[in-house]
Amino acid sequence: MNMPFYVAPEQVMKDRADYARKGIARGRALVGIRYADGIAIVAENASATLRKINEIYDRIAFAGVGRYNEFDQLRVAGVRAADLKGFQYSRDDVDARSLANLYSQHLGQVFTHEMKPMEVEILVAEVGHSTDGDQMFHVLYDGTVFDEQDYSVLGGDADTITERVRSGFSDDLDLGAAVRLGTASLSGPDRTLSPTDLEVALLVRTNGRRCFRRLDDDALGALASSPTEPTEPTEPTEPTEPTEPTKDTG
Amino acid sequence: MFPPHDDPGSNFPDLLRRTGLKQPAVSGHGPDDLPHATTCVAVRYVDGVVMAGDRRATAGNLISHRTMEKVVEADRHSGVAIAGAAGPAMEMVRLFQLQLEHYEKVEGSALSLEGKANQLSMMVRGNLQAAFAGMGVVPIFAGYDLRRRLGRLWAYDITGGRYEEREYVATGSGSLHAGTVIKVGYTEQLDRQGVLKLVARSLWEAADADSATGGPDALRGIYPVVATITADGFDQVTDTELATTFATVAEDVRVR
Repeated sequence: MNMPFYVAPEQVMKDRADYARKGIARGRALVGIRYADGIAIVAENASATLRKINEIYDRIAFAGVGRYNEFDQLRVAGVRAADLKGFQYSRDDVDARSLANLYSQHLGQVFTHEMKPMEVEILVAEVGHSTDGDQMFHVLYDGTVFDEQDYSVLGGDADTITERVRSGFSDDLDLGAAVRLGTASLSGPDRTLSPTDLEVALLVRTNGRRCFRRLDDDALGALASSPTEPTEPTEPTEPTEPTEPTKDTG
Repeated sequence: MFPPHDDPGSNFPDLLRRTGLKQPAVSGHGPDDLPHATTCVAVRYVDGVVMAGDRRATAGNLISHRTMEKVVEADRHSGVAIAGAAGPAMEMVRLFQLQLEHYEKVEGSALSLEGKANQLSMMVRGNLQAAFAGMGVVPIFAGYDLRRRLGRLWAYDITGGRYEEREYVATGSGSLHAGTVIKVGYTEQLDRQGVLKLVARSLWEAADADSATGGPDALRGIYPVVATITADGFDQVTDTELATTFATVAEDVRVR
């Protein structure tokens, strides 16, 4: 009879964590930054159709890095959980914290019990009715949750990027400054990222019931080029909601 | 989380069924004095469509509610108006709104207008058993079709039958009177002001002849809910503008 080799549990966990970290580090990073009117999420993403940042509920957004199929599965599970909770109780009862806990439990379960851990890191952001209510939860591949205040960095090379965001962050950033800080932190000093390399979405405090909106390449270009903010994008006249038929996000 | 071969996709009603949250269907005969909602109309005009509904709900021969909102935003570019048993109708609208938003979030793009109309059709069909028990729901669906760049509207029957109309639709107990007013006054060149006056007049005449339809209530400041749906989305007309519109209608009636 063949006996399986004994492998210490510490070693098993370490191998799994290394595996997940390697997978995540291969992907491109994203940052979430709090600014005066909400939360801006800037991701490096060459695809205009396969999204990393998405709407979960009225005031909640989801962003993921790593394997697309894995974080997209988590996103859909989040939309379902939120819509079911809002239907069963009230729209006010849906919050980012309980969603983050749900993700944390699922990721933790998969990490310890499945063949392979999920190679993802996710961000669950909620914009409050005032600045005090803004929340960002950063969930790791093994279910660890971080409650982050001003900014959150996910994905490969996170330490370097975090350092860049920290040095540029202040408490009163406007939208343009937040997006430029996010872009510069992702690109680093040696390269530049054009609007087509980026995916940017916002949770705008004053956007009505559904706070989530995307910034298209034109709006990004305008924000990137001028240091003083040219257009205030909270105008309801120019919605970039996913309701537009031209924006087929697949 | 569902396995890939057994996933409800973007179907919210199916998700409710799977999670055991779907309410059981009503069976047996309901009481006759449940609140009922009445007259709603939708009319096409040059920029899109306008929808309007009175505010009264009746239970038997009593007025049960004076401020009911029967015209509601389904999503950014469509609206739904309901007539029939108020409870099931409100629940249906809530589920319909949620389904449109759920689809949009899961799929990443909104349903086509035709798809939304079809979805509502299935929900009305699902209520058939309750309809035979006297709790039918007969909605109107209207919206701005972003692909075809025009306003479109649909009438339904209790079996879920869905009929697209070219000019206008009316539903509820006062629909005969309201529909006739619109039929006489309708032209293809109606602009916003013209169409607002036409729907205001239609609800006025319905309230005048049908006891279950409420007229404008200047004393309490309660006016019908009127909304336009254009390329810019669903926009509810303010009470101030409606007060002016109904004042001109009253003036027309006075000199008649």
